[in-house]
Amino acid sequence: MILVELPHHLRTLAQVGGAVTLEVDEPVTLRRVLDALETQYPVLRGTIRDHGTQQRRAFLRFFACEQDWSHEPVDAPLPEAVATGKEPLLVIGAIAGGS
Amino acid sequence: MSRVRVLVGTKKGAFILTADGKRESWEVSGPFFAGWEIYHMKGSAVNPDRIYASQTSGWFGQIIQRSDDGGKTWTTPGGGVQKSPEGMPMGESNKFVYDTSAESGAPLTTHQWYDGTQHPWEFKRVWHLEPSLTDAEAVYAGVEDAALFQSKDGGHSWQELPGLRGHGTGPQWQPGAGGMCLHTIVLDPKDPERIYIAISAAGAFRTDDGGKTWKPINKGLRSPFIPDQDAEVGHCVHHIAMSPRRPGVLFMQKHWDVMRSDDAGDSWREVSGNLPTDFGFAIDVHAHEPETIYVAPITSDSLHYPMDGKLQVWRSRTGGHEWEAMTDGLPQKDCYVNVLRDAMAVDALDDCGVYFGTTGGQVYVSPDGGDHWKPIVRDLPAVLSVEVQTIS
Repeated sequence: MILVELPHHLRTLAQVGGAVTLEVDEPVTLRRVLDALETQYPVLRGTIRDHGTQQRRAFLRFFACEQDWSHEPVDAPLPEAVATGKEPLLVIGAIAGGS
Repeated sequence: MSRVRVLVGTKKGAFILTADGKRESWEVSGPFFAGWEIYHMKGSAVNPDRIYASQTSGWFGQIIQRSDDGGKTWTTPGGGVQKSPEGMPMGESNKFVYDTSAESGAPLTTHQWYDGTQHPWEFKRVWHLEPSLTDAEAVYAGVEDAALFQSKDGGHSWQELPGLRGHGTGPQWQPGAGGMCLHTIVLDPKDPERIYIAISAAGAFRTDDGGKTWKPINKGLRSPFIPDQDAEVGHCVHHIAMSPRRPGVLFMQKHWDVMRSDDAGDSWREVSGNLPTDFGFAIDVHAHEPETIYVAPITSDSLHYPMDGKLQVWRSRTGGHEWEAMTDGLPQKDCYVNVLRDAMAVDALDDCGVYFGTTGGQVYVSPDGGDHWKPIVRDLPAVLSVEVQTIS
């Protein structure tokens, strides 16, 4: 069971109150977590990754276990603590984003 | 008795203002989609309870929302919570991808960047939603970077009409201050194949075959910010309005200049007349008097606020040239707001109501065609768009 914490506006959009729980096959990677997230919450498609390019949207960041995963390869295994559900994957809106 | 429903898009959410036909006592609901930019909302002429909304964010991109009960509740078409991957396409209502397919698309060329160099096309947001006049499931979307999309399934999925972006002049289009946006879509009520659109800063375009082919309709426009002031494209058209009672007669608020066309855009002539400044964004036409038009003059392209701190709507009852200031009830000192291009609308009641919103968060109504004004609300977030539904 993977835990994902979303920013306020995406929680509202997905109609979830707290952290999202997902079933993700091993090895647990960023791509697999996002695929599972978008499958479970289709409204989030395009809000984290661009619909066309599948690239991370410019003003979003991924943090896990106090590390910045925003620029890591999407197929790299996430930390064991995330893969086992002890620590969440954090989706964070950059402080410079929005308007 | 008829009533009105005013759909207000703001920088931080959507609001719906309702009143009976007297337009004196108002109910305010919202914010819907709190914290998001709502560029535009518009109801279907076929089913007034069907309302489409463009919800967008610098962080999270584009969301399309739809209401089927007059704005009480909203859904993202096809994007709701769905536990199983099987079934209908998921999340497609947010998907605006330019059509570059060999079968139906157009090559994704470059357009002109601010500095005159070429720049790739990149989708950013939906500026304007225009529901079909005959089918509640059909709706057009004007987007940034400029292109026209269409949904035929109530907003579940979107397909580009690539003939516009691909017709050949795209590399000459450039962004205006708000981006390179397709912000105006005007449907001809008598000819479903005819659509007008406008792009900043490319100009106006028309299709006569339902969006397959397009041609620039900018003859008569002059713009000092492009090397050839009479060029076929490159003009910063801010908005176009047309009376449904008289299709083919168009009024345009250009960057500078208020323009008029009597031949469906084939040629334009300036009708700025005695306006104190002919810079502005919003323009609209009286619901019953096709020669009565309204603009909200803004000081200049460098000073996006009313002249001398006096908020004024100017009205012409002669289709242009001769204008009069409508100020009763509007602030006449220390007012430095803007009125954006999609933030003016008219209702269809016998005594035509005129509405506009400001970047200061006010929405004003004149229930008597512009003679007298009063604020419906004063303290909303900056208003991006105003549309009015007249409901029997």
